Amino acid sequence: MSEENTLKINASIDPKGMLPESNSLLESSVLTTKLDDFIAWGRKNSLWPLPYGTACCGIEMMSVMGPRYDLARFGAEVVRFSPRQADLLLVAGTITEKMAPILVHIYEQMLEPKYVISMGACASSGGFYRAYHVLQGCDKVIPVDVYVPGCPPTPEAVLDGIMALQKMIQEGAPRPWKENWKNPFEHTLPEIEGAFDEPRGFHG
Amino acid sequence: MSTIDHLKDHLKQGFNQDLEKLKIYQSFGNDVIEAPKEFVHPLLKFLKSHGHFDFLMDVCGADYPEREGGRFDVVYHLFSSKNARRLRVKARLHQGEKIPTVTDIWRGADWFEREAYDMFGIIFEGHNNLRRLLTHHQFKGHPLRKDYEADHQQHCDSALPIHFDYDPNYIEDPNKDLVPLNIGPSHPATHGTLRVMAELDGETVHRANVELGYLHRCFEKMAETHAYNQVIPYTDRLNYCSAPINNVGYCKTVEKLLGVEIPPKAQAMRIILSELSRVIDHIVCIGANAVDLGALTGFFHLFTYREMVYTLFEKLCGARLTVSLTRVGGMAQDAPPGWFDDVLETCKKIREGVDQLETLLSGNKIWIERTRGVGAISAEEAIQWGYTGPLLRAAGVSLDLRKVDPYYGYETLDFDVPVGSNGDCYDRYLVRVEEMKNSLKIIEQVAKNVPSGDYTIRDKSIVLPEKKDVYGNIEGLMNHFMLVIKGLRPPAGEIYDATEAANGELGFYLVSDGSAQPYRLKVRPPCFAIYQSFPKQITGGLVADVITVLGSMNLIAGELDR
Repeated sequence: MSEENTLKINASIDPKGMLPESNSLLESSVLTTKLDDFIAWGRKNSLWPLPYGTACCGIEMMSVMGPRYDLARFGAEVVRFSPRQADLLLVAGTITEKMAPILVHIYEQMLEPKYVISMGACASSGGFYRAYHVLQGCDKVIPVDVYVPGCPPTPEAVLDGIMALQKMIQEGAPRPWKENWKNPFEHTLPEIEGAFDEPRGFHG
Repeated sequence: MSTIDHLKDHLKQGFNQDLEKLKIYQSFGNDVIEAPKEFVHPLLKFLKSHGHFDFLMDVCGADYPEREGGRFDVVYHLFSSKNARRLRVKARLHQGEKIPTVTDIWRGADWFEREAYDMFGIIFEGHNNLRRLLTHHQFKGHPLRKDYEADHQQHCDSALPIHFDYDPNYIEDPNKDLVPLNIGPSHPATHGTLRVMAELDGETVHRANVELGYLHRCFEKMAETHAYNQVIPYTDRLNYCSAPINNVGYCKTVEKLLGVEIPPKAQAMRIILSELSRVIDHIVCIGANAVDLGALTGFFHLFTYREMVYTLFEKLCGARLTVSLTRVGGMAQDAPPGWFDDVLETCKKIREGVDQLETLLSGNKIWIERTRGVGAISAEEAIQWGYTGPLLRAAGVSLDLRKVDPYYGYETLDFDVPVGSNGDCYDRYLVRVEEMKNSLKIIEQVAKNVPSGDYTIRDKSIVLPEKKDVYGNIEGLMNHFMLVIKGLRPPAGEIYDATEAANGELGFYLVSDGSAQPYRLKVRPPCFAIYQSFPKQITGGLVADVITVLGSMNLIAGELDR
């Protein structure tokens, strides 16, 4: 077990308050920890991804799941296509303007706690498609926790991204992008205006 | 008698219209007829019935805003499977003018015309469903017109509800209790970004429709705003399951326009890359198709071999999936020492893998029950829709561009073109398996005797000098500087050239105005023509078969939506 994977043991219990023999028993077979840490440990090692593969990155994602790179080693092999059963949205590939409302819809359907990894240049920033029908990064519409660079990223890079996310989950790192997120497509028009960097009018 | 005279002669005999108004000429090896727009429909009908041009490969638009005599070109690319000849028919249109649809001659014209409407606003009179195809429903304007800015984005805030194409023969039956069903675009069986909409009568599909464009990333507009060699990485991302074939197809087109021939070693490397790609493309197709039908083992088993090919690509250039290894004029770099031996070694392993796949699936009762007789299509119908590649061959038409219109010395290699008989999903699977074996056979023949010599031409107006020359001597530095500043500039003109890709005919229609960027680049993606027959194919079948047919078509969203 690497250091990351070990539990943080809370050593604040005073051993003097206990009987000597029970103390040695405690030390040998009982781990004490904070409930939050314990839950975070469970969460990070059982991420269930929803593979939102739209383009080339989706093919590399298959390799990540495949026999050589084997995502199962990180406890994330249970692929779920139903957003209700998944807690990690793996956006792999270009998100177009046409796809954006559907991506948000899927994200909204996922249950808490939920995380997002943006795999590849297109999902992170639009990539080299600075084009009329391509959303310039899926973080324009959903909150992203980890960005994995590459076009497409190597499977190693994706694994690194998943490990980075696991670390975030274990540490309970604050996620302001998630807390402040609002659905950009909620049909209250004034909010649509404010949710993006630039006013998003439908001009032709 | 040249082909062009032959064509003129032929038209004189049968086509009773004013031939003076037709402009018939040859351009960069392609036969071209320019016709007034009112002639187009009768001319195409005549060419199909009397000229043996049985395939309509592509219909597209082109925009010349400053031109007199009509702003738009509507371009039809015909192909004859009898003698492998190609013909381009062009008509000029002013803005707002209409041209009659040819969907009554070829059903496959349907989506191509819709795309031309979407991209240029060209109106095809008599087309039943002239709606937007690739861009979203809130999109305003026509993006491939020259006055549309490439990066002018328009945002979409909703998805369309379930909808169906207008069909004049469809009669609604109020007594039927139909259930609407939406599959995708985020669904395990839709391979990315496809959306299928259906109405079910019990387990039977009563009618169906598809929506595409969820991965429309503006390839053609991007090509117009980048230099010739910069387009190569974009072509990688068309059919990303077999990226090198796209590189080869694009570079071959530009080279043909330039009038250069690449050295034998580059040809050999391109063949090896293409055939390796064909194998791994079929691996993804068969593997994913089997996963959709519940056979997960095939996927895990086959991906081992895909990884082997990735390793070969990585050795060659450092990239796994999107290699961008060709350049106009040859290859980007030479193969490392011993690479061709590695190729032979890998071929041996893949051959074993393919044999194991056959024992796993070919005689598997469940696999046969799920695929045999499902999605069957006749040869005539397949040609009507514009099928090419393994799906056309599964329907019994022996058409392979590597045989009928060979390039890079395919004519000297010994390989077979497998042909099916029923055109159903099982035949498609069998054809793909046989093609993998034949591809391996080709690779082994080529990799055993790789010609020596250079891997690229050394024309300083086309190919950048090697880095050691750029940093090592003044001439190399100057040549590098000149080519980077001036850019690669093919002569003004236009050309259509096709390659046998893993899915069928991958065509590029390239218009050059003599500048450093393509003026217009149209891709003819093989699965686009195939997919438009999908609603028709699944109607009347079981809903479970929808998934089988979808998987057998090997739809790659990157080239479907571009």
